[in-house]
Amino acid sequence: MALDSKIPNGPISDKWTDYKDHINLVNPANKRNLDVIIVGTGLAGGSAAATLAELGYNVKAFCFQDSPRRAHSIAAQGGINAAKNYQGDGDSVFRLFYDTVKGGDYRSREANVHRLAEVSTNIIDQCVAQGVPFAREYGGLLDNRSFGGTLVSRTFYAKGQTGQQLLLGAYSAMNRQIGRGKITMHSRHEMLDLVIVDGKARGIIARNLVTGEIERHSAHAVVIASGGYGNVFFLSTNAMGSNATAAWKIHKKGAFFANPCYTQIHPTCIPVSGDHQAKLTLMSESLRNDGRIWVPAKLEDAKAIREGKLKPTQIVEADRDYYLERRYPAFGNLVPRDVASRASKERCDAGFGVNKTGEAVYLDFAAAIQRYGKEQAHIKGLDGNDAEVIVKLGTDVVANKYGNLFQMYEKIVDENPYATPMMIYPAVHYTMGGTWVDYNLQTTIPGCFSIGESNFSDHGANRLGASALMQGLADGYFVLPYTIGDYLSPDIKMGPISTDSPEFAAAEKGVKEQIEKFMNNNGTQSVDHFHRRLGKIMWDKVGMARNAKGLNEAITEIAALREEFYKDVRVPGTDKGFNQELEKATRVADFLELGELFAKDALHRNESCGGHFREEYQSADGEAQRDDENFAYVAAWEYKGKPSDAVLHKEDLIFDNVKLVTRSYK
Amino acid sequence: MTFDLKTFKFKKMKLTLKIWRQKNAQDKGAMVDYQIDGIEPDMSFLEMLDVFNQDLMGKGGEPVAFDHDCREGICGMCSLYINGEAHGPDRKVTTCQLHMRMFNDGDTITIEPFRAGAFPVVKDLVVDRSAFDRIQHAGGFISVNTSGNTIDANTIPVNKQDADDAFDAATCIGCGACVATCKNSSAMLFVAAKVSQYALLPQGRIEATDRVLNMVHQMDAEGFGNCTNTGACEVECPKGISLENIARMNREYMSASMKG
Amino acid sequence: MAQSALLKSSIAKKVAMALSGLFLMLFLAQHFFINMTSVFSPDTFNSISHFMGNNPLVQFVIQPILIVGVIFHFIMGFVLDFKNRSARPIAYAKNNGAANSSWASRNMIITGSVILAFLGLHFYDFWVPEMVYKYVAFNPLDETRYFHELVEKFESPVRTALYCISFVLLALHLNHGFSSSFQSVGFNNKYSKGLKNFGLAFAFVIPFGFIFIALFHHFNH
Repeated sequence: MALDSKIPNGPISDKWTDYKDHINLVNPANKRNLDVIIVGTGLAGGSAAATLAELGYNVKAFCFQDSPRRAHSIAAQGGINAAKNYQGDGDSVFRLFYDTVKGGDYRSREANVHRLAEVSTNIIDQCVAQGVPFAREYGGLLDNRSFGGTLVSRTFYAKGQTGQQLLLGAYSAMNRQIGRGKITMHSRHEMLDLVIVDGKARGIIARNLVTGEIERHSAHAVVIASGGYGNVFFLSTNAMGSNATAAWKIHKKGAFFANPCYTQIHPTCIPVSGDHQAKLTLMSESLRNDGRIWVPAKLEDAKAIREGKLKPTQIVEADRDYYLERRYPAFGNLVPRDVASRASKERCDAGFGVNKTGEAVYLDFAAAIQRYGKEQAHIKGLDGNDAEVIVKLGTDVVANKYGNLFQMYEKIVDENPYATPMMIYPAVHYTMGGTWVDYNLQTTIPGCFSIGESNFSDHGANRLGASALMQGLADGYFVLPYTIGDYLSPDIKMGPISTDSPEFAAAEKGVKEQIEKFMNNNGTQSVDHFHRRLGKIMWDKVGMARNAKGLNEAITEIAALREEFYKDVRVPGTDKGFNQELEKATRVADFLELGELFAKDALHRNESCGGHFREEYQSADGEAQRDDENFAYVAAWEYKGKPSDAVLHKEDLIFDNVKLVTRSYK
Repeated sequence: MTFDLKTFKFKKMKLTLKIWRQKNAQDKGAMVDYQIDGIEPDMSFLEMLDVFNQDLMGKGGEPVAFDHDCREGICGMCSLYINGEAHGPDRKVTTCQLHMRMFNDGDTITIEPFRAGAFPVVKDLVVDRSAFDRIQHAGGFISVNTSGNTIDANTIPVNKQDADDAFDAATCIGCGACVATCKNSSAMLFVAAKVSQYALLPQGRIEATDRVLNMVHQMDAEGFGNCTNTGACEVECPKGISLENIARMNREYMSASMKG
Repeated sequence: MAQSALLKSSIAKKVAMALSGLFLMLFLAQHFFINMTSVFSPDTFNSISHFMGNNPLVQFVIQPILIVGVIFHFIMGFVLDFKNRSARPIAYAKNNGAANSSWASRNMIITGSVILAFLGLHFYDFWVPEMVYKYVAFNPLDETRYFHELVEKFESPVRTALYCISFVLLALHLNHGFSSSFQSVGFNNKYSKGLKNFGLAFAFVIPFGFIFIALFHHFNH
């Protein structure tokens, strides 16, 4: 099957407008006769549900949480980009487009990214009209900040809780439609299979997580907005329930899975504290604006710190290695996420890690406190030589900027980050890969769409800060509502779709069989046991730096682990009611397949780009080496029974508007 | 927890857990006592429960069900009434951000679900908080369509103080600690936070009358109790939502009643 | 489309509780000032009492309003408390209310019930005999009887003790009730802190003033 990305012709800046001018529309009276299922209610799913219902479609929305408001979009901290150019600093749609393509290390689709940049401005208008309380200046207008090393201030934010406020905005739009009866909300439901009738997606099989009932739901189109698959690593900044099941089930039914190996490892997370750890906590990227990252320059100092014999504040300036400033003098601590993460790993692997596990580096605010303190002393006309006054004033400034993050750090680690440097380490954060979609956000299954983090399209091999929220809302509010209408226009006279067809029965049977198998397995190990082991293989061999040997081992080990899982997993309790172990089992079963495809994709991509770093493909000084000649394509995998048999399809990436160059931060 | 000067480490803790077990909504349920050992002070409360559940399953038992998701204190999914307080003894944290260093070796910890007639138990420590969603369906929104063809965002300036106050109200995570902690199971802080957020913004003023009347009507219909101003909700709220919001809602409601 | 239910909604009930409470506090304050005169000048006390007891406006307009206010405040208090209790059908096995709220705020129903019992005693002591004296027995006017009636009642140490205990609980009730009623009517702003302090003073001065009056007459006569 040849991949057709259906990119409209014409100049890049006109594609989306021309596209909208020529698609088929569904008249309002007919929209009432069309049903759409949306799985997932984060920024993408929630905004899509609200907009489609607003337009008149009957929406059936599903989420596994107890309320749509809990979706993990809520945890995004920093902000959302938009090419508003309110600051008059030269921003434009083209610049946002350009930065996003470059930041993605030239592995994303130009047309999609340009559309994203175009609609970014509507997002802000929309959200403000909805009552999202963005930060404002004293004049009453919206405030912006710079983010992720871009040259303009285009990030809109709501303190450190931008994701929360945007999600609650989408949730409020959903609530309005639920109140009107246009959205039927199915919370605490998990989609366990896709139903295809006559080659088109026509429904899903879902488990009611409270009663355990297996339910059939039909619609004229199915939209997957279930987020990313970072939890394949077990430990990540994703929520505990974040899973790939919906995305993986459609993959198994024919949707190609693109670039699974593109994973973002975020450099500033709180390190693992012990074996009991269940999840990792992100500290906003904005901290790198003021914090300096370092490890001890001497191995013996690092060892003494790990053993608790030495404190970081006792190490003199000359004995510290500010390795980002050393390696990347131009960008210093503000290098992009992928570069910063790999540099931390390199130092820790070399034995310079600073916590008991040896996997942590310092993020130090002492210099910022001094700098701000002196500045304030000058402004207030106080003694610039009084050390105590300087520290107090400087601490106040830092607390104003990052107080909530510092408090969170202190609650978790039990150390005062104003007095002693924070410890941080990279952690899995976001997955750029996902189900392959064309320009219409449709997967390779007709009528099955994929939006937000669950698709692959906009971030290439590396995502810039404050772009994920932008993409989720762009897809849901402004892109899908057009493209899905074009798809649905021939179906207006179809009437409701019956759930009594053999296709529904077969899908339901498959789901029930899998559940029965788990319930009757009589194994000896818990689901978490296998999930942790999978996570360890993934982190050690498919993590921040990969090589062919490790990837080959990972593929074998994951396949073996999967077999062991089916033989020995134990799911207690009943499937006829609320059972969190059963929920985990169905999710981990899918991760165990996805993990293998992930490794396979990483193995085939013989280059280093963005979040994918292959040790064999690096320059003499340890920088990533991209291979545009051979790998400027999207790797879309077709399911053929098991991950090892997956078939690769290539979508060549054509860059007409952006010149491919090597990213350098030196 | 005791500090061992020789190994420079905190000793592991042994605890007695009294946990509410209830098979399903119909089951009567009861408190059950358990022992657990080897708990480290650096664990979060929910990681302690993870370890406990693994242990329990290893012994052939059925794990304790509890709600949780982001484990960063923002999604509002985790709940738990720990030693007589919503989200436990620490302040301005959710249960997932509560750490075991707040407890001592040998402690007995009582763990119950959030209790209210409007929050029926689903299983063990999991409760159904959909009443909160239904209150939001009644009016927790601004009726603008989602076409994106609204006016430019900077056309409506908002006084910074109002914007900041609206933000503070909007930080509510909908966890239900206010209801759980209120002796009357009142949902006033939750409802007031949403009413306030919109009442403070010019965009939200347009529908303010209908919104407050409809949301309060739904709140009453869900069976939450009355507010008697004990202030407990504000103290236990993990986001520190202020009682001022309740006063604001009272004002909004009375003036709306005159109009509506 | 708005669902207005002014007299049925939880908030309206709360506001009604607050307004009746504020009204009763006003009454309490004037009652206190009148009683206080008995400590300094029996004659003043007698003349004010006579005015209050025989002025038609006070007797036939203000007094009925007061009685309605009292009855409303109590009935509504019990109705709300019953409803609030039923909002949590299963109680906590362990509840640490002291961690987040004051005893007084959590136990208004207890302090209120004691005040109700006290009112029964108080009516039996003063109001019922007064009504009988005036409107059943049609006794002649006597402008000097009030002070002696007052003093007589405080001869009994048991009654005096009961009065004192009740006033302590009244203090607790007022302590929460004062600031609470302002919050209920929507008054929460930069003046609230000052108001709360005033409420504390009010909740201390009035009840303990009454205690002082009771003890003064008990020990001085």
